[in-house]
Amino acid sequence: MKTNISLVQQILQKDKGGKIVLLMLFFVVVFVAISNLLIPKDSFFYISTYTVTLLGKYLAFALLALALDLVWGFIGILSLGHGAFFALGGYSMGMYLMRQIGDRGVYGNAELPDFMVFMNLKELPWFWCGFDNFFFAAFMIAFVPALLAFIFGWLAFRSRVTGVYLSIITQALTYALMLAFFRNDMGFGGNNGLTDFKDILGFDLQSDGTRISLLVLSFLALLGGYIVSKYIINSRLGRVCIAIRDTESRVRFLGYKVEQYKLFIFVVSAILAGIAGALYVPQVGIINPSVFSPMFSIELVIWVAIGGRGTLYGAIIGAFIVNYASTYFTSALPEVWLYALGGLFVIVTLFLPKGAVGFIKKLNLKKYTEVSNASS
Amino acid sequence: MKTIFIKIILLNLLLITSVFSGKFENDIKPLLKNSFKTKEVVINQVSQKYSENDKLQTLLQALMKGDLFYTKQDKTFVVLYKKEGKIYYTKSLETQKQLEPMNKKMFKKVKTNNRLRSTIREKLAELNLFSKDRDIRYNSAKNMLKHVSQNSSVLVQKALKIEKDSKVLSVLNEINTIINVKFGTDKQEAIVKLGDYLSPQSLQALKEIYASSEDKELKELARLSIASINRSKDFYAFVEKAFFGLSLGSILLLAAIGLAITFGVMKVINMAHGEMMMLGAYTVYALQKSMPNLIEYSVIIAIPVAFLVSGIIGIIIERLVIRHLYGRPLETLLATFGISLILQQMVRSIFSPLNQEVKTPQWMSGALEINSALSLTYNRLYIIIFALLVFAGILLVLNKTSLGLKVRAVTQNRKMAQAMGIKTGLIDALTFGIGSGIAGIAGVALSQLTNVGPNLGQAYIVDSFMVVVFGGVGNLWGTLIGAITLGEINKFIEPVAGAVLAKVIILVFIILFIQKRPRGLFAQKGRDAED
Repeated sequence: MKTNISLVQQILQKDKGGKIVLLMLFFVVVFVAISNLLIPKDSFFYISTYTVTLLGKYLAFALLALALDLVWGFIGILSLGHGAFFALGGYSMGMYLMRQIGDRGVYGNAELPDFMVFMNLKELPWFWCGFDNFFFAAFMIAFVPALLAFIFGWLAFRSRVTGVYLSIITQALTYALMLAFFRNDMGFGGNNGLTDFKDILGFDLQSDGTRISLLVLSFLALLGGYIVSKYIINSRLGRVCIAIRDTESRVRFLGYKVEQYKLFIFVVSAILAGIAGALYVPQVGIINPSVFSPMFSIELVIWVAIGGRGTLYGAIIGAFIVNYASTYFTSALPEVWLYALGGLFVIVTLFLPKGAVGFIKKLNLKKYTEVSNASS
Repeated sequence: MKTIFIKIILLNLLLITSVFSGKFENDIKPLLKNSFKTKEVVINQVSQKYSENDKLQTLLQALMKGDLFYTKQDKTFVVLYKKEGKIYYTKSLETQKQLEPMNKKMFKKVKTNNRLRSTIREKLAELNLFSKDRDIRYNSAKNMLKHVSQNSSVLVQKALKIEKDSKVLSVLNEINTIINVKFGTDKQEAIVKLGDYLSPQSLQALKEIYASSEDKELKELARLSIASINRSKDFYAFVEKAFFGLSLGSILLLAAIGLAITFGVMKVINMAHGEMMMLGAYTVYALQKSMPNLIEYSVIIAIPVAFLVSGIIGIIIERLVIRHLYGRPLETLLATFGISLILQQMVRSIFSPLNQEVKTPQWMSGALEINSALSLTYNRLYIIIFALLVFAGILLVLNKTSLGLKVRAVTQNRKMAQAMGIKTGLIDALTFGIGSGIAGIAGVALSQLTNVGPNLGQAYIVDSFMVVVFGGVGNLWGTLIGAITLGEINKFIEPVAGAVLAKVIILVFIILFIQKRPRGLFAQKGRDAED
């Protein structure tokens, strides 16, 4: 155990920003958990379950942004289809939750989920088998996105599809999946998706305790994802990845198998995205094909860009900023939100190429030089 | 018995008087009566007397459809043309003018029965079959084909003698052959002949013979003829599919040409390309709103206007944003995506988030009927031609004008071009403007095929990128072939796999295709190709 902790310490050693962000999140999560569970409802300090859910959602999104930053920031693959991996993880979780409903659905059919009864299916499609079991579902949450990422990445990287081409192909991938999942006869609930979940591992999904546990789990997943990503990046392999990002052809000429590095990172990132999706679904209570939409995947890119690409913790910051703004504006000024989002894309790429993190660093640098100038 | 006799006498008296009064309106007065026999007599009379009168046509058609009414108040005939709940919109039969909309209780319908309707149909067919207008004759013959009866035989024979137009003749001949197959004496010859025709009625007639005939020889002949019809039908179905594919391909081509210029020539990913198309489509809408009298020409006028609107906006975007991002394709992608969001929201704020209705001019609606198994809609036909014209135009501009020369020079070697005195900034802006302008033109074409709404562009952006990637970047011929290939593949898979799966299959196909040829069908060769 001790060696584990020291390993984590070692990983986070030079990462001041990461430590600050994660610590802040830790305190926020602890504070929210305490205020929601222990403080009476009429108190000023009470935090509503709605806020808990919202925070849990943001944490899931932050993990997704982290996954994207891993491929975009460190190996230079701008995936415009990461929403697909997120959604696949989400659907795997959703299927487990659907099976947990049992005979409590509207039709009271213990064998089949409601939408299948509605579609006059007689028996469970083969790909739904096994999802009654949580451990099988948990395995699929990682396995399905990983498999897709492996096949797709293997084909794409092998033929040296790079840069914008790759971006467009990934976008087409998620677009095609969206169209496919919108079909009712795919057996995933069509455009309604999966919803009406009741409980997870026997715990009621609506209860505050379960919500808080999910929140804490999301935070732990984010923390774990961060440490794993950081570990990969700090390793020798990570250095090769960064070299690939900067000049792919040189690395190839040096004898490295660029495709394999890319494939490895891509698959790891897809798994992280899948886990993020799996945490997102029980908290939000629904998963539908709109998560596959290219729009969602590209919006996700702006989270990373605005936070600061290639820093990992920047992605977390970005996810929080944009999603908070989105929650605020879509209820307060829905008209303005798309202008603002569009404007963000333009402004960030033109004026903040390194995102918020880069901006802060620049300010600090200025202060530092000013101070040193004054002293000298 | 006696009463009926008296009635007939009275009726004849009535008819005589009305015929002598010589006025159409008076002559049809007896239609107010309830007796179907009376009505039949009247119809026969007036059809003879007023065959040159347009009102007869209106009257018969209204009767046929059950749209002929009379007002309870002053017993004048009116023709119903629109119903809204209990409110009837009518036109006076006498003056052909629109009347005040009134409650349906104010009217009484002139009733018909089957026998009467078949008389009317015959009269109408006769009236139209000898009309001076070729289209009316043609449609009338087509109508007759739908209800072939032995009675029509005489009429058809008569028409066949004087008809000159080949298309009408062909329909008339088909009717004649069906009549011969059903009721004629030389059935064998007729059956063989019918194998050359395509309409469902011919097929039906042959099937009836095949099913019911006792004569083995006839049966065999019918079987052969049916097979022959089915063969031609399959062939025309194939042609039709190919046409749809070509049509989809031409739309993809229009959408992708602009992209091929901005993406292929300038290496700029313009995610707002779809929104440039959307702006073009909205230009048509705005023009139609502001000039409601010129609907017929609106599409033509919209072409240069949309080119300018989208082109100028494109130039503004290039100068404000893209210029700063050359050489950073991923950033360009994100920034232009932001622009696309802004443009979409702008359209939502200015017009509405809902789809807008764009009218199709008369000359673009309808279909070119090759035969009864194959008809090509005019709007698709025009769009195919238009897409090819635009393609040729762009090819000319790029290869034969000094602007094109400069564009090519800048893309091949920016620094050298600059050294030769080419204002590269200006050329960049113009190239981007042209690419966007063409997207605007594509939008004009799209407005005739799909809904015009804020999401119009998004639907095509992925597809058009696929075309460019598939065809090969930086080569317009690749774009042409890529667009048409993808269009055809799509339309041929669609009936088998469904529209959604077709898209998925195409995507998989493209992913596999770039395994073999990572740079598309027509790859750029040489040092320039690697970036």
